[in-house]
Amino acid sequence: MTDSRTSSHPAPTEEEQAARPVGTYPPTQELLDAPDDPQARAEREAQLREAWKTPRGWRYLSAVNNSEVGTWYALSAFGFMLCAGVLALLIRVQLAVPDNDFLSADRFNQFFTMHGSAMMFLFAVPMFEAISILLLPAFLGARDMPFPRLSAYGYWCFLIGGCFVLGSVLFNVAPKSGWFMYPPLATEQEGIGPDIWLLGLSFIEIASIAAAVELIVGVIKCRPPGMRINIMPLYAWYVLVVGVMILFAFPPLIAGDFLFELQRSLDWPFFDPDRGGDPMLWQHLFWIFGHPEVYIVFLPSIAIAAMVVPTASQRPIVGYSWIVLSAVGVGFLSFGLWVHHMFTTGLPSLSLGFFSAASQAVVIPTGVQIFAFVATLMVGRVKMIQPMLWIAGALAIFTMGGLTGVMLAIAPFDWQVHDTYFIVAHLHYTLFGGLVFPLLGGVYYFYPFFTKRMMSDRLGRISFWTTFIGFNVCFLPMHLTGLLGMPRRVASYSSEMGWNWLNLLSSVGGFIVAAGILIFAWDLVRPKRDQPLAPRNPWKGGTLEWSHDVPAEAWGSRSVPYVSSRYPLWEDDKFLERLDEGRFYIPDAPEGKRETLVTSSVDAEPQGALPITGPAWCTIWAAAFTGGAFILPVFKLYWLALLSGAGAVACVVYWLWTATAQVPKAPDRDVGLGLRLPVYVTGFRAPGWWAMFITMLGDATAYASIVFGVFFFWTARPDFPPEGAAHADATLIALSALGFVLAWGATITAREVNRRDRRRAARALIGAGVLCTLGAAGAMGLALWLPGMAPSSHAYPAIMYALGVWVGAHSGAGVVMLLYCLAGSWAGKLTPRYDADLVNTTLFWHFLCLMGLVTALMMGVFPRLAS
Amino acid sequence: MTGRAVWITLPLLAGCSGAQSVLEPAGRDAQVLADLFWVMLAGAVVLWLLVNGLILYVTRIAPQPLSRRGAEALIIGGGIIFPAVVLIGLLVYGLSEMPKQRAEGAGLTLRVTGHQFWWRVEYWPDGADAPILAANEVRLPTGQRSEIKLNAERVIHSFWIPALGGKTDMIPGRETRMSLEPEKPGTYRGQCTEFCGESHAYMAFGAVVMSPEAFDTWLEREAADAVAPETQQARRGQQIFLSEGCGGCHQIRGTPADAQVGPDLTHLAGRTTLAAGILPMSHSALRDWITDPEAFKPGVEMPGYGHLSDDDIGALATYLMSLK
Repeated sequence: MTDSRTSSHPAPTEEEQAARPVGTYPPTQELLDAPDDPQARAEREAQLREAWKTPRGWRYLSAVNNSEVGTWYALSAFGFMLCAGVLALLIRVQLAVPDNDFLSADRFNQFFTMHGSAMMFLFAVPMFEAISILLLPAFLGARDMPFPRLSAYGYWCFLIGGCFVLGSVLFNVAPKSGWFMYPPLATEQEGIGPDIWLLGLSFIEIASIAAAVELIVGVIKCRPPGMRINIMPLYAWYVLVVGVMILFAFPPLIAGDFLFELQRSLDWPFFDPDRGGDPMLWQHLFWIFGHPEVYIVFLPSIAIAAMVVPTASQRPIVGYSWIVLSAVGVGFLSFGLWVHHMFTTGLPSLSLGFFSAASQAVVIPTGVQIFAFVATLMVGRVKMIQPMLWIAGALAIFTMGGLTGVMLAIAPFDWQVHDTYFIVAHLHYTLFGGLVFPLLGGVYYFYPFFTKRMMSDRLGRISFWTTFIGFNVCFLPMHLTGLLGMPRRVASYSSEMGWNWLNLLSSVGGFIVAAGILIFAWDLVRPKRDQPLAPRNPWKGGTLEWSHDVPAEAWGSRSVPYVSSRYPLWEDDKFLERLDEGRFYIPDAPEGKRETLVTSSVDAEPQGALPITGPAWCTIWAAAFTGGAFILPVFKLYWLALLSGAGAVACVVYWLWTATAQVPKAPDRDVGLGLRLPVYVTGFRAPGWWAMFITMLGDATAYASIVFGVFFFWTARPDFPPEGAAHADATLIALSALGFVLAWGATITAREVNRRDRRRAARALIGAGVLCTLGAAGAMGLALWLPGMAPSSHAYPAIMYALGVWVGAHSGAGVVMLLYCLAGSWAGKLTPRYDADLVNTTLFWHFLCLMGLVTALMMGVFPRLAS
Repeated sequence: MTGRAVWITLPLLAGCSGAQSVLEPAGRDAQVLADLFWVMLAGAVVLWLLVNGLILYVTRIAPQPLSRRGAEALIIGGGIIFPAVVLIGLLVYGLSEMPKQRAEGAGLTLRVTGHQFWWRVEYWPDGADAPILAANEVRLPTGQRSEIKLNAERVIHSFWIPALGGKTDMIPGRETRMSLEPEKPGTYRGQCTEFCGESHAYMAFGAVVMSPEAFDTWLEREAADAVAPETQQARRGQQIFLSEGCGGCHQIRGTPADAQVGPDLTHLAGRTTLAAGILPMSHSALRDWITDPEAFKPGVEMPGYGHLSDDDIGALATYLMSLK
């Protein structure tokens, strides 16, 4: 932001002036070469060390730094993976011989349900998030993630939820309807199993979305100055794509869970065909989530390969733009494939043909990525470093899974092998090749970055070959088992069927895989204190993570670099020296605060140096209370759950109040290299605004999924809405819509009025907004209640009530946010100049107002037109 | 399962190995799909060897470094052009089968309803206004495409006879349909392929393909009422059947037992298997089943009759085994 460039903008107001960078950018050669004072440098280092100090002793658990939280996250996910692996081994023992009674059918069903659920929800997705939380800041030369306490909160939610869900196996009450939970089987199952699945995993999904929001914001807003979006490491691109996919894929499942749990606890018949419901609605919602999920777990591993391959080849990646386009393409396509999980449900041929073709189409972007890696290997001279061995093994396995995937995408062939062991083989080939192998390779590759020590090359190779051979012994025969007619999810089979030796072979293979994984696990955790420190850049990589400090420092990056190439360590020989000497940005912490640099979303021009949150206990409390709110309803303790939910809100409010959007002492600060940056930004410059925007996109997707449900019933059921059914009261619905618009208007006006320093008027408007919201939500409730719509009588009133509950809950959140702003205004936390809270609340209100209006249309207008 | 469960499968469906195989087709659709599979398998093996051979070559044999231009050509050629051509060909070949395999059947219509964990089977010959009711076994004539309509009672099941063709799900509240064109007479096996609860593994059925003449003869007999018991023992069995309330769930046409909660037993002994494809149709298996169905099919709705004396159960089994 040189002076000349600033002047080209329209004349900024005084407030905006203060929120703009002042000084020289990009840095000149002289500034970069300026000599510095070793004394001052040592002082700055001490400041940074103090600010980023990791809490010790029992306080260690209050840490929120990405390196701590990421490590806990990864180890927990790995632990859950081992547990789910043990379940797989028990399944294989049961199936090793025909007519086995090692496990009862009931237990077998619990085990395979939990094996799938845990691998997907407690391992695959969280592991991606864990590794990304660990690595992303390093790829971006950032100090930390943008919202460290949110990462910590997400982690504790994950741990509590994971233990709860997986622990149910030990008490013989686990869900047992398969990881896909198809109603009516799952809605009708007695006991608490399905509730554990629905509530426990919804809880974890929400934590997953929180992490995804943070990762997206990290990629968009926390890149180092100069790292334009087209030179950021491919890993960051994959994080962005996968984060966005999580954002749009998980909400349909959460919406499905919401309807499902309403049916289970309140008997609202969304999936009951006898009362106007339809079990197929769940299948659509589940697979709209479930298919992108496959790519959500696959792309992060490709991302690891995209980092390892250039290093092995010692050449920059070939076809960077092709890879980015392909990753984005896979992301898009993956939302158009879900029906290939439903080829046998009797959908029209036209629809099957379309989804067959779409499923084949995904081969192209996947192929482009694989060939780009091969091409990268071909332009360089490959050094077969150990991580590369895993990547090569992954390709061998994954291509096989991909080729059987091409077969399965042909709908008529799928009619034969759907839900047989052929599918079991196919999906494990894609998941081992597309997730497990690259992940283990990635662990070997990044281990010296995480721990500053090397894993054993010898153990690594033994582990690789054991796992690789075991895997193929286990899963290759399953293709044939399936073709010989063995269905999935059978607890036993007869010896007459001719499946005996194939199953025995698979079981033996399963144990060999387990041995390989155990060797890896031992190598991972064996004490390495006596080992020498690893070299700083052991594989001679070219990207920023290999500028890490050996021995470790908690500050992430000594100074936040100015980056102008894709492989700064290969292309700029002064880079490391400048970085280490703190000659780039924010090399100090004069106020003892943890800070991060915020840059513009495309060109990465610096916009601010923002304080970020430090160690806290309130995140753990918030997670525990949130856990209570989700877990207690499983045991029908609804009032306690509500209380626990209130506790969670209180903890979050405390944490936001005490640590975010604080009014700064000075409006800006010297960040080095002749640049001053504001320390408080609002609007689309602020990570908080982006987080709210992205969260609300996900939230709106969940809401849209429920609206999809209305249209689905309308098209799929002749009796929707049923003849002569009571509709919501039109007048009250109109009043409710009006209330939402007024509350929205009041919020926007409050923001504008507050900026003009009319604080009292702003407060009055916020108060009016609260009253309008309560009135709007109340009117909506009455509109449903007064005409006597009974949600348990039919899917029509049920889904109308579900929309009402959704909007009501959001109105509650809207009221809490408005009151928070009101309190902020009184306490001086929200001022005309520092109004980020109100700006973000307004953003929330755009979405809430839209939801309120759409709901009013769905309740008041749509049924009258449709019937 | 109890230890007793182990023996049950030994004599079951003699020579059954292969009776449920996709690769030993006995119907037109299965034959086409098996051929499609072999073609796709050959293609997949070649492609796998090419891609992995290339990777092996690159990483192990260290060739001359490729130029940037060559690299881009590899990405576009290998990643876009080649798969696009192959996939379009495959789609045309594969999807052209879809309308044929979904064509409406002519003549016989079957209506199969999935229950936990058994199958209600109704035969509707052309022009019939009432069905011929059976259970747990499907018989089809060769030489025609038969229409199969599918329903489910409480939970989702899936109807699959691998030797004849692909599967279709049975969904409560909906009617799905499929059609099959059997070619080779023989006894095959079908199995439920959508997870349907505790005894999902024990929900199978016999699938018998017959020549049209044999089928007509069979269907005529199937339509008739049950034969009256002829021996003393069988008559006693019938008495027990009626007095123990078996007729509260089962129908035996021609007797007062007319409930349709459980499988129709009018011609029970004429079927190839017992208890939905999991036991051989024999007197001893039937005795064991009646004594304790839960031992063979956990979660089954039928109560055990272990409180009856051995003699009574034996008589009951004798009666039922007479229902050819």
